[in-house]
Amino acid sequence: MALGLEARLGDSVLTTKLDEIINWGRQYSLWPMVFGTACCAIEFMSAAASQHDISRFGAEVVRFSPRQADLMLVCGTISYKQAPILKRIYEQMPHPRWVVAMGACASSGGIYDNYCTVQGIDTVIPVDVYISGCPPRPEAVLDALIAIQNKIQTESVLEDRHKDFKGILD
Amino acid sequence: MSIKVRVVERKGRTFLEQLYLVEVVKGMTVTLGHFFRNLLDNSRLYVRHYPEVKPEISPRWRGRHRLTRHEDGSVKCVACFMCQTNCPSNCIMIEAGERFDGRSEKMPVKFDIDLLECIYCGYCVEACPMDAIRMDTGIFSVTSNSRESLLIGLEQLMETPGGFSEVDYHKGGG
Repeated sequence: MALGLEARLGDSVLTTKLDEIINWGRQYSLWPMVFGTACCAIEFMSAAASQHDISRFGAEVVRFSPRQADLMLVCGTISYKQAPILKRIYEQMPHPRWVVAMGACASSGGIYDNYCTVQGIDTVIPVDVYISGCPPRPEAVLDALIAIQNKIQTESVLEDRHKDFKGILD
Repeated sequence: MSIKVRVVERKGRTFLEQLYLVEVVKGMTVTLGHFFRNLLDNSRLYVRHYPEVKPEISPRWRGRHRLTRHEDGSVKCVACFMCQTNCPSNCIMIEAGERFDGRSEKMPVKFDIDLLECIYCGYCVEACPMDAIRMDTGIFSVTSNSRESLLIGLEQLMETPGGFSEVDYHKGGG
């Protein structure tokens, strides 16, 4: 989201150079926030632990406060009762923010095809990367993180991503 | 009967220990010792350098699915719907068509697996009477930017080769 000076400068050399520097910084200092409601969160803990060591990608500062985080990992089943909480926590995160839907439950509901489970969190908040698996291996979490990093590289500070996203709670 | 009381010697009461500074430096020496030892020689670190070093996957590991083929390249699947019926998350969608090569009466014209719905339980492999669907590709990490691209079809399932030899697969790993 462009605010202040860069919004006035528009798409010029200054802002594109600024993009490069800022994207470089954002890429290697993602602060994840785990919205862990089920077993996928345990696999995330494994990814953060010494064997897989998510800090090799600069993302080891796991904050359980959305105000300081910019990468949200939704790890687990989201019920319709939980959906407004998820939405609220997502909105509490500062721009820019990225979302990873980890595992079958968060991505599509998985085996919980029933009245109370959200059939994919992309009906509530915009999702950047989906991970398949039940639960996925920690390596898949690292793959998703690399995918997010590659995605950040192509972004611009001028653009407001997912501006016209409309979920079921909007 | 009296209770046995063991008097534990209290530590940290001397002047140097009360000062804390010396103890902080002692602790930091241990920490920095570990830091510099690992910085100079990182071969003893417990980290698996993932994107470069792949993990060892056993033949019994249930990875991404694939459809096996006969020697002449035709699909082994006879579209009996066993896997689709047995699937707990309803992620398999088969459409049967007529088969003309004389092997059986039916074959799948559409075989979609929604990898985001799939919970990798392996019930489809157990249910299959023709050994047509297997999870021995050794693909352990499936990620994507879009939900639609993880709905894989018949071609993609048939193209994927098995990750292990037939002997290893039937032995189930060493």
